[in-house]
Amino acid sequence: MSEVKFISPETLEQAVDAYYKSSKEGKTKILAGGTDLLVQIRSGISQPDTIIDIKNIKELKEISNDNGSYTIGAAVAGAVLDEEEDFGNNWPGVLEALRLIGSEQIQGRASLGGNLCNASPAGDSVPALIASGATVKVHGPEGERNMPIESFHAGPGKTNLKNGEIVVNFQFPKKQKCSGDAYLRMIPRTEMDIAVVGCAVNVTIENDKCVDARVALGAVAPTALLVEDASKALIGSNFEKEAVEKAALACEAACNPIDDKRGTISYRKKVSKVLFKRALEKAIERAKKG
Amino acid sequence: MAKIQVKTKINGEETEFLCQPYDTVLDVLRKDLNMTGTKEVCSTGDCGACSITMDGRLVCSCLVLAAETEDKNIETIEGMAKNGKFNVLQKTFLEHAALQCGICTPGMLVAAKSLLEKNTNPTETEIRYWLAGNLCRCTGYDKIVKAVQAAAEEIRENA
Ligand SMILES: Cc1cc2nc3c(=O)[nH]c(=O)nc-3n(C[C@H](O)[C@H](O)[C@H](O)COP(=O)(O)OP(=O)(O)OC[C@H]3O[C@@H](n4cnc5c(N)ncnc54)[C@H](O)[C@@H]3O)c2cc1C
Ligand code: FES
Ligand code: FES
Repeated sequence: MSEVKFISPETLEQAVDAYYKSSKEGKTKILAGGTDLLVQIRSGISQPDTIIDIKNIKELKEISNDNGSYTIGAAVAGAVLDEEEDFGNNWPGVLEALRLIGSEQIQGRASLGGNLCNASPAGDSVPALIASGATVKVHGPEGERNMPIESFHAGPGKTNLKNGEIVVNFQFPKKQKCSGDAYLRMIPRTEMDIAVVGCAVNVTIENDKCVDARVALGAVAPTALLVEDASKALIGSNFEKEAVEKAALACEAACNPIDDKRGTISYRKKVSKVLFKRALEKAIERAKKG
Repeated sequence: MAKIQVKTKINGEETEFLCQPYDTVLDVLRKDLNMTGTKEVCSTGDCGACSITMDGRLVCSCLVLAAETEDKNIETIEGMAKNGKFNVLQKTFLEHAALQCGICTPGMLVAAKSLLEKNTNPTETEIRYWLAGNLCRCTGYDKIVKAVQAAAEEIRENA
């Protein structure tokens, strides 16, 4: 085994520079909370010869609120974000999705950036991030760029990050009045399991009418999906039965799931409709509270 | 191969050690520092037997690289009893027979302590969710939950 390097840069520029150079020479891995990466190293799936710990970089650990628009550092752990009470009031769906990841021990480390970059189709926070309308800021050798979450992934385990690019933070839009988001997942157990279907809904209501809606699904396709047809079916409606049914059918139609021991294709498709309706109900309830 | 030199605080004591990049905190605790109270069962974050706190956060030591602990504050099961006296949780675990083989126990205690530091009046559901990442093959969990409730009560009475 050649010499493995462990570095923990303090600036983004240093990290990007080291990442870009070392990934040309060998296998380099960014380390956030390590709850995916260390398992992959242990099992031999990943054997990096350079590990770059990004947790000493200020921007990646920062939480800020600029007049209602939140910016959350990519490496902020779930347990830390949970203590930011006002974030949970603004984006309860995002927080509940992140908090579903693993146990309290895992929450002490697991980050939004890690969940996104690990690119599992079942990553719980991803549908909630998509529904929120958040964008992700990445920094690379050519500078900064922003991406909507829904175009971040290229496939299972694959992202659209370019060589040397690191996810810096998540930028959330200002929460609209009378809007609410929610995330629900279906798992065979009650805790500590991988989603068979995940669904996030974010709605805005004005005079009992749906004026904005974003619906996202996880674990039912190679990447998490923004279901635009579901949004279309909801916007302009009073959430009447027909509109909700149409949106649910759009969710079902968007599914392109795998068949495995956790759920068959037809089961996942059916559950996507049920879960969508339940998540919608929860989002509406939250939206009505303000 | 060049080793990484790390300086960190373990149970309040300045500690220095050398490690390899892939070594976890659990590896170093058990193999290099002879602190075998922290148990290794799954090595993949699923069982909680290796629970420690790092800067006050509950984590699985099997999922933290030793090299990451530079300048950190680590607490392990070895730091729980103070001056030869059990922590209240250690006492209530014994009183409620909340352990059998004992492999999960150090992790259970460290995790339960971190819950009670946050919340001295957790509901049964809160205790069960907080300890969901600590697996026990022996006790059936009930006695563990009761022991945590009893410890919480004592902490509240003495507050
Ligand atoms: C016991 C257990 C239970 C779990 N349960 C769940 C669950 O219920 N739901 C779920 O979705 N996941 C679950 N996970 C998986 C994992 O905890 C999450 O995906 C977590 O969010 C990963 O975050 P991390 O900070 O630990 O990532 P890391 O392991 O540090 O990184 C993950 C990947 O992303 C890359 N990366 C990380 N940050 C960046 C960045 N800023 N820029 C570029 N690349 C980056 C890393 O190189 C690595 O490839 C579980 C894991 C364990 C061990
Ligand atoms: S040994 Fe670390 S969680 Fe099981
Ligand atoms: S007492 Fe044996 S595993 Fe818990």
